[in-house]
Amino acid sequence: MLDAAPRDETVLEVNNIEVIYNHVILVLKGVSLSVPKGGITALLGGNGAGKTTTLKAISNLLKSERGEVTKGTIAYRGERVQDLLPSDLVQKGVVQVMEGRHCFEHLTIEENLLTGAYTRRASRGEIDADLNMVYDYFPRLKERRRSQAGYTSGGEQQMCAIGRALMSRPETILLDEPSMGLAPQLVEQIFEIVKSLNEQEGYTFLLAEQNTNVALRFAHYGYILESGRVVMDGEAAALRENPDVKEFYLGMSDEGRKSFRDVRSYRRRKRWLS
Amino acid sequence: MPDSVIFGMEVFLNGLMAGVLYALVALGFVLIYKASGIFNYAQGVLALFAALTLVGIMEGQVPFGHLINAVFGTNLHHFGWEVPALLAIALTALVMVGLAWVVNRLVFHHLVGQDPIILFMATIGLAYFLEGFGDVTWGADIRKLDVGLPQGLNPWIDEVTYNLFGYGFFIDNLDLVATVVAAILVVALVAFAQYSKHGRAMRAVADDHQAALSVGISLNFIWVMVWSLAGFVALVAGIMWGTKMGVQFSLSLIALKALPVLMLGGFTSIPGAIVGGLIIGVGEKMFEFAIGPLVGGATENWFAYMLALVFLVFRPQGLFGEKIIERV
Repeated sequence: MLDAAPRDETVLEVNNIEVIYNHVILVLKGVSLSVPKGGITALLGGNGAGKTTTLKAISNLLKSERGEVTKGTIAYRGERVQDLLPSDLVQKGVVQVMEGRHCFEHLTIEENLLTGAYTRRASRGEIDADLNMVYDYFPRLKERRRSQAGYTSGGEQQMCAIGRALMSRPETILLDEPSMGLAPQLVEQIFEIVKSLNEQEGYTFLLAEQNTNVALRFAHYGYILESGRVVMDGEAAALRENPDVKEFYLGMSDEGRKSFRDVRSYRRRKRWLS
Repeated sequence: MPDSVIFGMEVFLNGLMAGVLYALVALGFVLIYKASGIFNYAQGVLALFAALTLVGIMEGQVPFGHLINAVFGTNLHHFGWEVPALLAIALTALVMVGLAWVVNRLVFHHLVGQDPIILFMATIGLAYFLEGFGDVTWGADIRKLDVGLPQGLNPWIDEVTYNLFGYGFFIDNLDLVATVVAAILVVALVAFAQYSKHGRAMRAVADDHQAALSVGISLNFIWVMVWSLAGFVALVAGIMWGTKMGVQFSLSLIALKALPVLMLGGFTSIPGAIVGGLIIGVGEKMFEFAIGPLVGGATENWFAYMLALVFLVFRPQGLFGEKIIERV
């Protein structure tokens, strides 16, 4: 399945990384993945599988949470990046949209967006042009531009967080759990925007998502994480049809509804769990 | 007009002037609190240290003179030159920036992500260290500071009020200068925080460290910048207070007067520091003038704290403090 299609140029290569928090808690036990340029790659899995940790390992935000990459390598465009500061990485074009949005509550929406351009040495005109680009994609933000971010809705905050990341003119966006706490309709809307950003502006996305159903419809390629390991990967279309993924993550099965007795046998059937 | 009203007006004006001086100290607190959520106990000592350094540089004193003499048996005290005030102020500002960098590098850099109480304890430690360090570097004597600011009765106000009321108000020139300086400082700081890129980043860091990191803001840079600004504000406060009452240990205690000012104005508001300072200054002078004689005086020692307590009960975020945003 891995060799099904010729892979495009890889921008981000994570090779067998291990992450330990507080020197004792082993969270990632050897995760490898590669992100092709111009694609949407999904990182799937349940709570505590290690999706967020993987993203933070890439963006170097682990250090402020007392986590560290103890084994393996992370390379962006062939260059080892795991010892850089988060700000260096933003300058190289990798920016993370954190789980739970993390807008600057007391700043207005527009000020939030402007902080996104912090690392750039651009003229006022260029930044204004980018602001307008963000407002074109998120007309809601334009209406709320003067409101303090803390008083906007969850959906608006998610848009603000994505828009803020766009303001750094990134190449690759690490998007962590964009669906969290949002109504299904809004989730759909956000993913539509991600898709058009990918297709029209050429941004590369690596997104972590619990909502397997939505993620696999919009992504090109998927990795499934379980307790700190990649247990399966493949083209999104193929993953969608995979019987195990269907059962464990999409809640569908060929045999129709099952009784609890059968549910228990799920565990035994997880043959790809290492 | 009855005498007591005229006296009252004079007291009121003097209260305003005193308030400006409190506000100058409070400003330093607000800056650091805004950007890092740290209540900087060392702000008063920072003002003392800045004033000591300024005097030392102006007089051409040898830093660590006593220590060097004790260890090497030499007898060094002064380089034998005097540095002009403006140059000395610029040099002291540089020293404060250096100090900000060192403090951040040695202390706060290692405490990123810790609880506010731990950061607060660190600033207490810093306060006592700086106090001792100031003594070792420049000596423990009471020093006179004169950077050429005008002092004493303002004759113009004296004359105008004499013609109006038949009684000349005593307004100190130094207080007038302090007012102008404080006004400029506040306008500059507000403009910086509100409209500049780094000011915006400073407010962003105050809201959310992690998110600030994620958009590429360097916490280290912002913190050094903020501590430098606070050091500079401390220098200004140190000059004003030092000129008024000499550079001595009790300068560090003015920080305690800044506390009620902050509770009134709000810990996060730069204009709040000024308004809070003015209210405290006027309030305590007027209270002493009107009620003091009835209760045996010395109300200035506790009035500010009582007012702060009242505010804590009815408006804990202060007059201008940021509302704590909590969505349900």
